[in-house]
Amino acid sequence: MLQTYRYTEHSHRVSGDQKSEKTAHHPVVIVGGGPVGLTAAIDLRLKGVPVVLLNRATTVSVGSRAVCYSKRALEIWDRLGCAEGMIEKGVAWKTGRLFNGEREIFNFDLLPEPGHKIPAFINLQQYHLEDILIDRATELGADIRWQEEVVGIDPAADRVVLNVSTPSGNYAVAADWIIAADGAKSTIRDFLGLEFFGQVFKDRFLITDVVMKNDFPPERWFWFDPPFNPGRSALLHKQSDDLWRIDFQLGWDADPEEEMKPERVKPRLKAMLGDNVDFEIEWVSVYTYQCRRLERFRHGRILFAGDSAHQVSPFGARGANSGVQDTDNLIWKLKLVIDRLAPDSLLDSYDDERVAAADINLMNSTRSTDFIVPKSAMSRVFRDSVLELAQDHAFARPLINSGRLSLPATYGSSPLNTPDETSFNRGPTSGAPCPDVPVTAADGKADWLLNRFGNDFTLLFLGPAENRTIKGCKSVIVGQDVFDTDGLIKERYDGDKNAVYLIRPDQHVAGRWKKFDPAAIEAALKKAKGR
Amino acid sequence: MKLNTNPNIENPDDFYEMLIEFHRNLSDEESIKANAKLVLLLANHIGDRDVIAEAMAIAAPKTETA
Repeated sequence: MLQTYRYTEHSHRVSGDQKSEKTAHHPVVIVGGGPVGLTAAIDLRLKGVPVVLLNRATTVSVGSRAVCYSKRALEIWDRLGCAEGMIEKGVAWKTGRLFNGEREIFNFDLLPEPGHKIPAFINLQQYHLEDILIDRATELGADIRWQEEVVGIDPAADRVVLNVSTPSGNYAVAADWIIAADGAKSTIRDFLGLEFFGQVFKDRFLITDVVMKNDFPPERWFWFDPPFNPGRSALLHKQSDDLWRIDFQLGWDADPEEEMKPERVKPRLKAMLGDNVDFEIEWVSVYTYQCRRLERFRHGRILFAGDSAHQVSPFGARGANSGVQDTDNLIWKLKLVIDRLAPDSLLDSYDDERVAAADINLMNSTRSTDFIVPKSAMSRVFRDSVLELAQDHAFARPLINSGRLSLPATYGSSPLNTPDETSFNRGPTSGAPCPDVPVTAADGKADWLLNRFGNDFTLLFLGPAENRTIKGCKSVIVGQDVFDTDGLIKERYDGDKNAVYLIRPDQHVAGRWKKFDPAAIEAALKKAKGR
Repeated sequence: MKLNTNPNIENPDDFYEMLIEFHRNLSDEESIKANAKLVLLLANHIGDRDVIAEAMAIAAPKTETA
């Protein structure tokens, strides 16, 4: 029983599909009601696609689990109209502190540049995040079916039939497209017999959520070899409602059952927090982790997204954050395919782009793990030497790896990109996400550039663009629709007033030009739609 | 001080991975020897004895002052 949160039990309701004698057919069925499945549902509803979401659970995430949401994930949720509640409820932070033993080695700022709408990170319990997503999905008309579990799948060339188990019996439902967002232990993946390649790490971590009132700052604190967990690491993060997340590295030999007992956890926490801090333990679990992925995320009409497609270590906020970038990448493509405005091969670019992004996440996550848990004696000697040198010598600090916090993926080698023909001095290249910029709207109100992008293809004109349009693209003209009051568009995109950016529905750049060239832009638009 | 102790390696994570990979599957004895050869090669490349002496002073075990 949590003190700070009360779970709502979502009852099972018998749907029309279940009552019907004929197998109902839907454009899209999402399997899994975590952050990734829910985000996919919201995005599809905003694009007018009917959505059925099957969730085998009875409540939102039990325990806080995912905690840390990155700027890019929040920008995506902002496009979907639900970031505000998250930012309001969450704890914004941008400072990380690293300790070796009792001493602070150094600290760092994750959002060194002002002038962004969205903070570098917020911490928020997963159940709060899911509640916000459920409200948004429900308000948009998503059909969320609680306590419904997929127990069989029949993928055919023209559709996929799911066999669904519910508290009141089984039924079948068919769909053109399935989004498998059913987590690291994906049953859809198992039904298809797909291998999940990668590495298991031989270590165990104890995570606890602790309620305490204190004036510790909202920062990420990471310890190597602290006196309260000698020879191992620990992590402290603030969440909302005076809840704190504390992670202790336990080592591979630890007994999970034993370590979760209050009589073991309490002395650990007392040793860390001191005798004068009052706290109550809200949640405890022990986990191990793996770094692995599917070879392909698209299997015909079945699209894997989030942990079902790739699983990483928890260091670096790469789990839910990358899953949300998966759906951000997928949904606009799926919409074009559903509307027959793009060939279904466009969905292969989901594979290309998100597999590449997953590999970067896996690489970073594996590197962090290798630093936090050195796998050989020599690796440990180097690690400890780096930590000792970092106290006084700046060069060693960038070598410390307690989790490289995730940056948005750039789809640099995507087949959808049109490379620069003329060189730009700055600004996002093809495949990169658009940076945000504070602007003034035509009505004189303060606004943000990213609010103008997304959902459709957009042309960003950096200067006057009279009679310049491309069919199928909305236009944003600097000096007409938005004003570069602080000169930051110039700084973050380009100074050339004739320059034009073609921006995809997921706010990534498809191509850019130093002058308006309708034929080149039309060709790039076609390419970005997979034609 | 002539020794540069500011960050000077383009992608520190790539470098660190390269360093750890270099020792993968080596015995402790082999690793110690490989490190020694690495020091000798890099010292020769640097060439400047003052720089090497400064690096040695930082790398030496810290002696406890009473």
